[in-house]
Amino acid sequence: MDTFIQQLVNGITLGSVYAIVALGYTMVYGIIQLINFAHGDVVMIGAMVAYSVIAVLAGSGMALPPLAILAIATLCAVPVCMAVGYTLERVAYRPLRNAPRLAPLITAIGLSIILQNVALIIWSRNPLAYPQIVETVTYRLTPNPDGATITNVQVGIVGLSILMMAGLLLLVYRTKLGIAMRAVAQNPQVAGLMGIDINRVISMTFMIGAALASVAGVMDGSYYGIAHYQMGFLLGLKAFSAAVLGGIGNLGGAMLGGLLMGIIEALGAGYVGELTNLCHLSGWSDALAQRCANDPHLAVFGSNYQDVFAFVVLILVLVFRPSGLLGERVSDRA
Amino acid sequence: MRSYLDVRGRPALAWVGVALVAAALVALPWVLAGIGTAWVRITNLAILYCFLALGLNIVVGFAGLLDLGYIAFYGVGAYVYALLASPHFGIHLPFWAILPLGAALACVFGVLLGTPTLKLRGDYLAIVTLGFGEIVRIFLNNLSSPFNLTNGPQGITLIDPFRIGDFSFATTQQVLGNTLSSPIKYYYFLLAVLLVVIVVNLRLQNSRIGRAWEAIREDEIAARAMGINTRNMKLLAFAMGASFGGVAGGMFSAMQGFISPESFVLVESIMVLSMVVLGGMGNVFGVVIGALLLSYVPEVLRYTVGPAQKAVFGRTLIDPEVFRMLLFGLALVLMMLFRPAGILPSAVRKRELQRRTDGG
Repeated sequence: MDTFIQQLVNGITLGSVYAIVALGYTMVYGIIQLINFAHGDVVMIGAMVAYSVIAVLAGSGMALPPLAILAIATLCAVPVCMAVGYTLERVAYRPLRNAPRLAPLITAIGLSIILQNVALIIWSRNPLAYPQIVETVTYRLTPNPDGATITNVQVGIVGLSILMMAGLLLLVYRTKLGIAMRAVAQNPQVAGLMGIDINRVISMTFMIGAALASVAGVMDGSYYGIAHYQMGFLLGLKAFSAAVLGGIGNLGGAMLGGLLMGIIEALGAGYVGELTNLCHLSGWSDALAQRCANDPHLAVFGSNYQDVFAFVVLILVLVFRPSGLLGERVSDRA
Repeated sequence: MRSYLDVRGRPALAWVGVALVAAALVALPWVLAGIGTAWVRITNLAILYCFLALGLNIVVGFAGLLDLGYIAFYGVGAYVYALLASPHFGIHLPFWAILPLGAALACVFGVLLGTPTLKLRGDYLAIVTLGFGEIVRIFLNNLSSPFNLTNGPQGITLIDPFRIGDFSFATTQQVLGNTLSSPIKYYYFLLAVLLVVIVVNLRLQNSRIGRAWEAIREDEIAARAMGINTRNMKLLAFAMGASFGGVAGGMFSAMQGFISPESFVLVESIMVLSMVVLGGMGNVFGVVIGALLLSYVPEVLRYTVGPAQKAVFGRTLIDPEVFRMLLFGLALVLMMLFRPAGILPSAVRKRELQRRTDGG
């Protein structure tokens, strides 16, 4: 039971990060029906910029409280990522809005490569150890002394994610910009006739998504304590899978999908080794029993298959419910 | 428009041209060997990339299905060869038996990937195939326990070279007074296969199947209404593209003598895709040009960018490898923005792209 609660806590933390990134995918998809392939790299840029800011502030000798440093770093990363998001839209998507769908996808892949390699040049090809400026405090969740725990970093990540999601929902459903976004998503031509500046709305959508992504980058970096120029690739893929799981184009779906994806991954990684442990079958074969005597954890799939779960979920969703859990949009709108 | 290359009605000229090209291709390795044997090896790898690009062209160019996990099939083919012709299991089958096996298994994987993605198009398909490529790589990396199938990240070593009877492709020997080195032998073998593959592709393109793919690419619903079995045709595209990759993988294994999951990463898939896009999706010769270009340019860069930076700045600011990737990214973006149909556009593609960008 302790393992289960622990993995659930880890999964929810991870899932909040996925949900924030997935929102970026889903917003862009909702409005122009395209997948922003370079979104994961925007997350990476956010993590990297914040890393540099933290390193400078922590090394400057100013006696700032750790939370303030983190906040300043995030506030520096957000505009950089928004600029990157804006550039992505201007370079990769706007000129090709009416081109066949392959074209913007390939430009986005190209930009993703460029972003990664620019990051490699600026921040080196080695993984960077994220400065752990916030002192980790661990709270016990169960009475058992080595039972499930939750850290203040995890609480912070989940709390911040909830705040950001609430903010986004307010923005989309309670502001003029939100109305314009929803109108463009429904029908760009008619929205344009109603006096909405479509280009501006699409740019804003990319920038909001990028802002969310940068915060997610900081959260991911602080949680795992590591940042790498390719970190955006897997994170982006999983977040995209989460968006599809929830129903792409649907904000609530992205949040639900992200959370579920995090939980599936954490539980999967926690249990797959035990579930596929060949030693359960020791009674069937002497050779197996002998090997299990040496190595009781003789699993077919260990936790090193963690990264596979997201893809398996993605493929299963696309086969059995292509519109996702909450979505009405159908995935073959090619 | 009649160009110098248009030899219709001038058969003599055509044959002279063919003879000249053939002579150049036969002489090429000797010229390159004069510069350095490394260049013959680079040429061999370039030909392998031609295979890959042509295989991916079937999926992306002909059928219009964007596949970002193509390198997985290359990996499958390479591992099939490596496992059946190396001391890893102590099995040493001849290459002409393994290559078809590798192609068949890659083909099965192609269908496996194709089946769940039949309904998807465009960007969704891209992400799913990308995920598939990653899954295969993760498996190759981890299938060393509980049963050591792939030897994990260490990869498989001492893979047998091609051998026909006593004639081994791995040794240097004297033929008619000339020293025939291993890369040169492989070169002629690969060249022969490449010619066959090109002919197959050209014939395929104008066949009933090729036209069906084109119809699916242009408008899937209309294609189905015309009586094309879109499901089978798409699966066939995946299967054929995959088997080309499988064969190329087997040859890669034999040539290198060592493989590891490192060779089958996403960057490679993107590189092959860049070749197809750069050369011109759907145009066989364009794709070959794209593959050759993107295989040679990085090598040339390796010899020029590093020294040039040293000369100008006194140290290496940008690693040639990084520079290469930056160029790739830039090339993809610029191609799509300014010449979306590629260097040598396929006629239909060109028409389509033009219409779509003009009309909206």
